[in-house]
Amino acid sequence: MQERLPVGTRSRLRTLVGFSSILALLGLLALLGWGLRQTHAAQPDDGMAPGFTLTSFDGETTSLEELRGKVVIINFWASWCIPCRAEADDLEAMSRKYADDVVFIGVDYADTEKGALKFIEEYGITYFNGPDLGTRIASEYRIKSVPETFYVGKNGELQGLRIGPLSPGELEFKILELLDDR
Amino acid sequence: MRRRLLIVIMTMIAAGFAAPAMGQEPAPSDDQVNEIAGDLYCPVCPNTPLDVCETLACSEWREQIREQIASGMSESEITDYFVEQYGERVLAKPRRSGFSLVLWILPLVGVGVGLIALGGVLRTWRREQEPEAANTADDSAVSAEMRQRIEEELRNLS
Repeated sequence: MQERLPVGTRSRLRTLVGFSSILALLGLLALLGWGLRQTHAAQPDDGMAPGFTLTSFDGETTSLEELRGKVVIINFWASWCIPCRAEADDLEAMSRKYADDVVFIGVDYADTEKGALKFIEEYGITYFNGPDLGTRIASEYRIKSVPETFYVGKNGELQGLRIGPLSPGELEFKILELLDDR
Repeated sequence: MRRRLLIVIMTMIAAGFAAPAMGQEPAPSDDQVNEIAGDLYCPVCPNTPLDVCETLACSEWREQIREQIASGMSESEITDYFVEQYGERVLAKPRRSGFSLVLWILPLVGVGVGLIALGGVLRTWRREQEPEAANTADDSAVSAEMRQRIEEELRNLS
């Protein structure tokens, strides 16, 4: 003969199980909601640019905060990305032309070091370039693909972004606009 | 004397041929590479295991794994390298530590709560059916008694 729990204990147990189930369900729904929000969140294109520190392939380190007062061009790229090749020459040419006023930062996204170094050598890239370890910077900027280019004004605020490869003349036009913005 | 010298020279020549062959390790096979790549996701193609992904990027990553195996890195060292480079999302199975532990525990908790709830529902159903069964049994007992009385009454009438 199976012994039954007292009626009060049974009722309390039932309430506890019910409450825990509802709590677990709510937690799961909250987690799903958070995930959906993260996935569909818009990319930042104004306001303060998310800060980051990047170590280059040469071992030098820079941070966005210490570049305040200068126009900064942040370009996300990868060696396996075909459209990145289309804009590589223009980026390098602009970085040389505006070396005194504009800082170029290449953020190598989800790439092999070997492939990245080959790409840098192939296009003779001289501006600051480093791997985005753990794709943390890409997550902060919510990039969807590569290439993507973010424009940061002298005040450290984002002044727009370009999804996809830059067309000829587009980058210089934007740089002049940012340099004029005092 | 001359014979000994010949043997020494022959041995040195043989050793010279054997040394590079012994020092040269065979390149890791595709199976060895895919064994590790199968536990990793492509960092850029959504939900695609690295061992079956056909993009150029994935083939570069597989080549990198091959080089890492050849350099003597263990499976966990290679996996750690990938996590450091591309984040935890490259792991096919989340780690059993930190926040990822929730992903392992949550389904078990869900199943546990589900089983408890199912047990509760089944118990309630059984309890509801027991009095009905008892009532049914009582009804049949009364009916038999009634039937007997009716039969007796009928007999008396006749």
